[in-house]
Amino acid sequence: MKYVDEYRNKRLIDKVAREIRSVADKGRFYNIMEVCGTHTMNIFRFGLRDLLPSNIRLMSGPGCPVCVTPNEFIDKAIWLGGLKGVIIATFGDMFRVPGSYSSLEKEKAAGCDVRMVYSSMDALDIARKNPEREVVFLGVGFETTSPTVAQSILAARKDEIGNFSVLSGHKTMPEALRSLVRGSRLNIGGFLLPGHVSVIIGKRPYEFLSKSYKKRCVIAGFEPLDILEAILMLITQKRPAIEIQYTRVTGKSGNPIARRAMEKVFDKKASLWRGIGKIKDSGLVIKDNFSDFDAEKRFSPKIKRPKENKGCICGDVLQGVKTPLDCGLFGKACNPENPVGSCMVSTEGTCAAYYKYRGKGNG
Amino acid sequence: MGKEKILLSHGSGGKLMHNLIDTLFLKELGNEISRKKNDSAVINIGNKKIAFTTDSYVVNPIFFPGGDIGSLAIHGTVNDLAVCGARPLYISLGMIIEEGLDMDILKRITASIKAASKRSGIKVVTGDMKVVEKGSCDKIFINSSGIGELYYRGLSTDNIKAGDAIIINGGIGEHAISVLSKREGIRFSSAVKSDSAPLSALITKILKASGKVRLMRDPTRGGVATTLNEIVKDGKFGVSIDEKSIPVKRGVREACELLGFDPLYLACEGRVLIVVAKEDAKKVVNVMKKDALGRDARIIGRIIKEHKARVCLNTSLGGRRIVDMLSGEQLPRIC
Repeated sequence: MKYVDEYRNKRLIDKVAREIRSVADKGRFYNIMEVCGTHTMNIFRFGLRDLLPSNIRLMSGPGCPVCVTPNEFIDKAIWLGGLKGVIIATFGDMFRVPGSYSSLEKEKAAGCDVRMVYSSMDALDIARKNPEREVVFLGVGFETTSPTVAQSILAARKDEIGNFSVLSGHKTMPEALRSLVRGSRLNIGGFLLPGHVSVIIGKRPYEFLSKSYKKRCVIAGFEPLDILEAILMLITQKRPAIEIQYTRVTGKSGNPIARRAMEKVFDKKASLWRGIGKIKDSGLVIKDNFSDFDAEKRFSPKIKRPKENKGCICGDVLQGVKTPLDCGLFGKACNPENPVGSCMVSTEGTCAAYYKYRGKGNG
Repeated sequence: MGKEKILLSHGSGGKLMHNLIDTLFLKELGNEISRKKNDSAVINIGNKKIAFTTDSYVVNPIFFPGGDIGSLAIHGTVNDLAVCGARPLYISLGMIIEEGLDMDILKRITASIKAASKRSGIKVVTGDMKVVEKGSCDKIFINSSGIGELYYRGLSTDNIKAGDAIIINGGIGEHAISVLSKREGIRFSSAVKSDSAPLSALITKILKASGKVRLMRDPTRGGVATTLNEIVKDGKFGVSIDEKSIPVKRGVREACELLGFDPLYLACEGRVLIVVAKEDAKKVVNVMKKDALGRDARIIGRIIKEHKARVCLNTSLGGRRIVDMLSGEQLPRIC
């Protein structure tokens, strides 16, 4: 398959892995955070940790949108789904995520109309085809997803589709990383930054990482060869900078059209990250002049006080401070059939990666 | 009690379904035959050994590239009998039809059943039909039961030995992707057709060629990953499979990359996993390759002493990872 096979070529991968081993300074310890959940998954899926020398340590970061979505958001979605005539349209990943008291999967079994879609545009189609119903799309994701959601709101306005709205849980990546490096809990030497976020935002919003915090950063693609090449670039970076490994899709300045759509529809606001807390300017809320399409304003969800399972350490896992193996619930009370935290359900979740590819953490 | 509800995940073929079968159905209804949990029950009638199986089909959409709900019902039942070493003989069909279904659709499905049963050499000998109010089912659901005569004895997980080879007859995940792409209206560069097909003739050839076939299973719901986990579930052995050797067609790979599925978990409806003594493996593959349904046959792994009750995958990059049973449901109503 073009653009995939080349990046999974064993000969090339072995070559880069050899080079990493030969240039890595044996007297040094490299702490690298792979920010994105897709990086984490592929590192496990392809067994990349085994190819690295022991002084290169990879830590998983907060870049899994489902994982950082607070229970409050799921609770609101469930409340909305309970309203008469409402169809909840969501990416499949959110379906099994536990909220404070239930999950969309369980509510669907109890009669709630929950539909899985691959794009917010599909949700808009459902609204078009069901004019007598209200369609609420669950907007979750970083800069990779929010432009298309913005686009669907713009399309809804243009086509006068009045029965479509979005519950926005969108978040932005750079602000989360600012909060992460400001807290002194971790000694992160460098970041593998999510390539697809930069397809939209480019590299400029990350420049504070190298300039103010002296962090080495490489914007990386997602295939095994991408990830290894980015690690090689990171450990050989002369002085802290933001480099792009994923040049075949990501340019320095990102995609201005997508950003304009986002800016048209969303305002930045403080946002709650599950297990991490409130981060300034890290959320995207729908602007007042699009409030017709804002499920929050349109229906004012009334939910019980959200609660988190006290034993769940997702927050620390998302910040790279702990691994799932440090969690007392992992593989016992928390497993893919009965997830306690979203990190166990999301296809990009660190706990899901450990569970799936390491066999309940014993491997 | 009282609050728990049946979720779509309970029907996925994965862990939740297995738990439910064990803790409810087998607990209440189990006996020495059903507890073996084979694709068909093997029962004695007089001095004959008979294989007996049942399955229900709720696939959505009812027509998909490479098949439809009618042919699927025949193939599925035929295959459940065939993998137990039985010659499929007779089948029953129970149809639950939604009020308002176009008569032409029912005629098309019936024609497809006719062609599929002829090809499979099985006779539809009895049936039942119910019509329910609009909305009480989705177009048409079919239940089928089949019986066959056992001609090859000793297919059982008890016979598995370390070193045995694991063979598959072709590419994986084609049925699931065919149904999914039709349902969601997604097109890939090379169209994926369902692999739905009757395997009885191919299996007869295999069992003629080797007396050392230990076990066969058709990897339907939950895919190859779940079926292999079931094979070593009792904990005596493990399975090692090689990613490189597992046939995955281009369209399936593309769909999986795009949608984030692992082909190992996708349902097949015309594939069989064969566990056979190492020394007979090549012979079996060669026989299979001569049959249209086994043209892409190959050895994908082996039974190992280590990693008991686990399925290990050697990745194409030289790493190793665990392949667990499916948990949760991503693709409901695939068969």
